[in-house]
Amino acid sequence: MTKLIISAIGPASSVQDGGRFGAQRYGLTPSGAMDHLGLAAANCLVGNTLFAAAVEIGPFGATFSAREGSVRIALAGAPRKAEIDGRAVAWNASATLGDGDVLKLEMAREGCFSYLAIEGGIAGEMMFGSLAVNARAGLGSPYPRPLQAADELQVAAASAAAECRIDLKPAAAGPIRVVLGPQDDEFGEQDMKLFLSSKWKISASSDRMGYRLEGPLIRHLHGHNIVSDGTVNGSIQVPGNGQPIVLMPDRGTTGGYPKIATVISADFGRFAQMPAGTSFQFKAVSMAQAQAEARKFAELLRALADRLLPIESFDLNIEALQDANVAGAAVNAVDAGTWQVPLPADALRQD
Amino acid sequence: MAAPISPPRLLPSGDSAVMVEFSRHIDQAANRRVLALDRAIAQEPIHGVTETVPTYRSLLVHYDPTLIDFDSLGERLLHLAQRPILRSQRARRWRVPVAYGGEHGIDLADVAETLGITPDEVVARHIAGDYCVAMIGFTPGWSYLSGLQKSLHISRRKDPRLLTPAGTISIGGVQAGIQCLAGPSGWHLLGRTPVRTYQLHRDPIFLLEPGDRVTFYVIDAGTFGKLDRAAEHGEMVAELIAA
Repeated sequence: MTKLIISAIGPASSVQDGGRFGAQRYGLTPSGAMDHLGLAAANCLVGNTLFAAAVEIGPFGATFSAREGSVRIALAGAPRKAEIDGRAVAWNASATLGDGDVLKLEMAREGCFSYLAIEGGIAGEMMFGSLAVNARAGLGSPYPRPLQAADELQVAAASAAAECRIDLKPAAAGPIRVVLGPQDDEFGEQDMKLFLSSKWKISASSDRMGYRLEGPLIRHLHGHNIVSDGTVNGSIQVPGNGQPIVLMPDRGTTGGYPKIATVISADFGRFAQMPAGTSFQFKAVSMAQAQAEARKFAELLRALADRLLPIESFDLNIEALQDANVAGAAVNAVDAGTWQVPLPADALRQD
Repeated sequence: MAAPISPPRLLPSGDSAVMVEFSRHIDQAANRRVLALDRAIAQEPIHGVTETVPTYRSLLVHYDPTLIDFDSLGERLLHLAQRPILRSQRARRWRVPVAYGGEHGIDLADVAETLGITPDEVVARHIAGDYCVAMIGFTPGWSYLSGLQKSLHISRRKDPRLLTPAGTISIGGVQAGIQCLAGPSGWHLLGRTPVRTYQLHRDPIFLLEPGDRVTFYVIDAGTFGKLDRAAEHGEMVAELIAA
């Protein structure tokens, strides 16, 4: 069987998919990709279902190679320099690793988590409908732990499908939007103002369970203990030290600190991609706005395939495509000198 | 005459979940209403609801906002929460073996001293309890039990332990617990059970459900070892005495 060998990989890298749902009532957290758009884009490029299992690669570099056949892959999420046997390959695009070819990824140039999807997915044993790694619960397949050098993923042999790229608008900048609550009434007016108007910095001691924030002290009205209740991805809990923690996909399913607000689902992936040290602000939005954004995000995912473009017929300027991702703007793939605003997907499909 | 039922509070938990809060405190009456609402949703699924997480005092309802919005779901949940609780609902009943004290329960002697009773009396009171699984959370299979008798209420440890063994049977505050995986805990360790409330490759993977009833019985260290090996090989080792 064809294999993708992990020759080198940094920490915080694991097999992830859309997550493991239905067992939060038993204390089993969903896990799953930190950035669903990155995961979905990578899968879409190789014709997989959007939330199929892929390799989530942490901020550091990684090296892979194909064995016993060629492997069609796609790269999306946090952009980085990528080469196959010394040839540059484009980000947000598919590529094929011939038998024995080496794919080398540098550190993320912006963001944290990149996604390497493999055509046909990754072979493994599903638990609660998911291969996602949850190391604490001993779950995840083929390895119930983060990936290490010399690990092997069983994959399908590459098809003859044409390579393609995906035209993604750069992630919107701006504040991370939240819906207040469920325990915003545990905080006074002044502390709520402080929470919403301050610059927060993502602490270095952040991981897939939670991102710790550094900033002004947020005080509780009635102490920092509440009777535990359920949590979600993006719950912002404020423990006794007054420094908020945003709960991430490996969170505990219940928690006993007051939750001042919740990151809206449409902004969660963008938040998850912020590296330690990033400064940002929160902005409160209404439930109606948050749900409208959630529907827009779902529509973006649903229509991802409409953004696929063939790349085989172009004489690709790969460096330009890579730079385009870094600069956060689209560039004409044929002429690196032409910078332009991205065209809407349907305009590109007219010809 | 039935007491009037006050409606729960609906608290937004982002755009894809809503907290149905019946109380701010650990409250058995509230927990019964939480579990009743949980059952009602299981019996009459609401389109768009993806899963529910019952706790002592609230039910977290996860949903897909592209299928149902906050207002429509909230209205439906408030309606279901107003239904009277059926007392006739038969709970499953488990008997769970525990090796108390010694290396299995390193805090038993301290708890006895704090409460001014003998270790045997702590054990006698702990096994006399008829517990209800109020919630499962924190880590897989960690079962929080209501029904700890008042004389065993004891404040949590000042310095929580970073690692306590798998299968720990402990008490903390007004709660009793069955811990499945090794992990941190600030509670007092009375004993250990060979029962795995969470075990992969066993059917069922999760033994206990919120709402199940639990009683404990004493086993010696030798029996613990024997049952622990059986449990490791996928046996339940807890007795299901009524379903």
